Amino acid sequence: MNDEKNDGRRRFLAHGAALVGGAASASLSPPGGAQELAGQPWERVYGAAFTGYGQPAKHEAPVVRHIGRPYGDLAPGSGSALTPLESLEGIITPSALHNTRNHSGTPDIDPKQHRLLIHGLVARPLMFTVESLLHYPMTTRTHFVECSGNSSRGLAPQPAQVPAGAIHGNTSCSEWTGIPLRVLLEEAGLDKSAKWLLAEGADSAHMSRSVPVEKALDDALIALYQNGERLRPEQGYPVRLLLPGWEGNMSVKWLRRIKATDGPTHTKDETSKYTDPLPDGRSLQFTFEMGVKSLITRPSSTMTLPRPGLYEITGLAWSGAGRIRQVEVSTDGGATWSAATLLGEERPRAHVRFRLPWEWNGKPAVLQSRATDEKGRVQPARKDYFARYAPDMRYHNNSIVSWAVGADGKVTHVYA
Amino acid sequence: MSTRSAGGSLFLILLWSCAATTQTTAGKPPTLGTPVGAAEIARWDISIPPSGAGLPAGSGTARQGQQVYEQKCMACHGAKGAGKPADPLAGGTGSLASKAPMRTVGSYWPYATTVFDYIRRSMPFVQPHSLTNDEVYAVTAYVLNLNGIIGGEDVMNASTLPRVKMPNRDNFILVHPWKPKTP
Repeated sequence: MNDEKNDGRRRFLAHGAALVGGAASASLSPPGGAQELAGQPWERVYGAAFTGYGQPAKHEAPVVRHIGRPYGDLAPGSGSALTPLESLEGIITPSALHNTRNHSGTPDIDPKQHRLLIHGLVARPLMFTVESLLHYPMTTRTHFVECSGNSSRGLAPQPAQVPAGAIHGNTSCSEWTGIPLRVLLEEAGLDKSAKWLLAEGADSAHMSRSVPVEKALDDALIALYQNGERLRPEQGYPVRLLLPGWEGNMSVKWLRRIKATDGPTHTKDETSKYTDPLPDGRSLQFTFEMGVKSLITRPSSTMTLPRPGLYEITGLAWSGAGRIRQVEVSTDGGATWSAATLLGEERPRAHVRFRLPWEWNGKPAVLQSRATDEKGRVQPARKDYFARYAPDMRYHNNSIVSWAVGADGKVTHVYA
Repeated sequence: MSTRSAGGSLFLILLWSCAATTQTTAGKPPTLGTPVGAAEIARWDISIPPSGAGLPAGSGTARQGQQVYEQKCMACHGAKGAGKPADPLAGGTGSLASKAPMRTVGSYWPYATTVFDYIRRSMPFVQPHSLTNDEVYAVTAYVLNLNGIIGGEDVMNASTLPRVKMPNRDNFILVHPWKPKTP
């Protein structure tokens, strides 16, 4: 029996060697006939071997995140990497291109050593290993994560002539899998006097935010997986908080501690930052929910339409308040609007793809999109956003975005 | 061989029916958290709310803090907290309703405890947790003094720091747009 198996294996190897030999001789001295068939060079050589972890096509190398480092080399890991929304399609953002806002770089965490502590106003303070968290029943949901400073570049005095993602790419959408936070809070015995949670990361900034208990008990996830695989380090490996629809800053990455408290802790990132200044000098604090918003990703700034004719206008819409009900598109700077087709609108607090066919007649046009969510909230005009806030406000900019198409087909960023 | 195979199949069937039974009776998630004692929690709990609860022992004055600041903070925050490349820490008082608001610790931050909390948890940016608690109190005092909020010899410690009233404290409107689901 063993001999028979070995014989078969020998025959297979010999056959394989003959195939490889044949291919080699074909490239050296092509036999008559075969070379007359149509085909590209790669159709005549044996392809690359398997790889353990796939990579994008080398020709797609220019599709990368737009990286902003406000402190330069002084703190190279502080700033953000924005998703190139202009180059992507569909709804899900590839994990490697997910937006990333880091305060003190990406920590190099050993999952065997990492712990999550739940304490404060609980009956039983508990420590969890990552391994133990992986044994809980999980929930999978699709949600966007948008930094509340997204689109702040769209508030500059002059419109930046950069790709759409370099202005608005501090949002991404993934399928997240994890444990409802409620489950762990119940295990710890959350006290009735607990009204807030303090969530803290294991990065060197120990980034921390206060979260109302109601949100934690509603749809908050302790996320361990993103798009089917374990979280990427930049997305909080090995465990992060996910608060659907709320300021991305609150979905604390590298989660190490949750403390149940009777009031907000008033951390640096919910007082000096991530507060919304008003014209009268006062500020709004704890404006957690991200507003209803949309953006045309194609055609968009820095692109060129090669010739008049039929185009598809497409983009993304989302709302922290729930589902997207409608996206309207204007090609005349907001004078008239047409309803776009939606994809994925059944999912709350997730990116929705919209599409609308457009016959470009070769004349100048201004493209805009305007989203409405299930709560009836409508994406505001730029001037309405500016009227609400102090001149240095840079958070929660969900105002309508305008791209101008010139007679030459060049698409530019304009304030309209 | 065939006997062994039949035995294996029977074993698998038994195993499968066991698993099925377990699945149908499992109503509660596992409880895999490990109890933690107060001493261990104290080593983890670094967040300081406005009440000052959890502030550590130690103290410092602005005069002491100036030395620490000039050694470890000034390279990023500038002389006397003027800023650049990092945020300015002083000045801007009275500018918030103007056309050029300047938001600093003095003009904007609502609580002095947040200053201590943030310096202790993450400053200096590239050497977090390198300051002693005395140094954190002292640098906090220095930044408050730069803004004219406390005197140069005022001692900041667990009992005095939470009592510092920041000038802009009452200018924050707490918003709760989100309401919990009703059953």
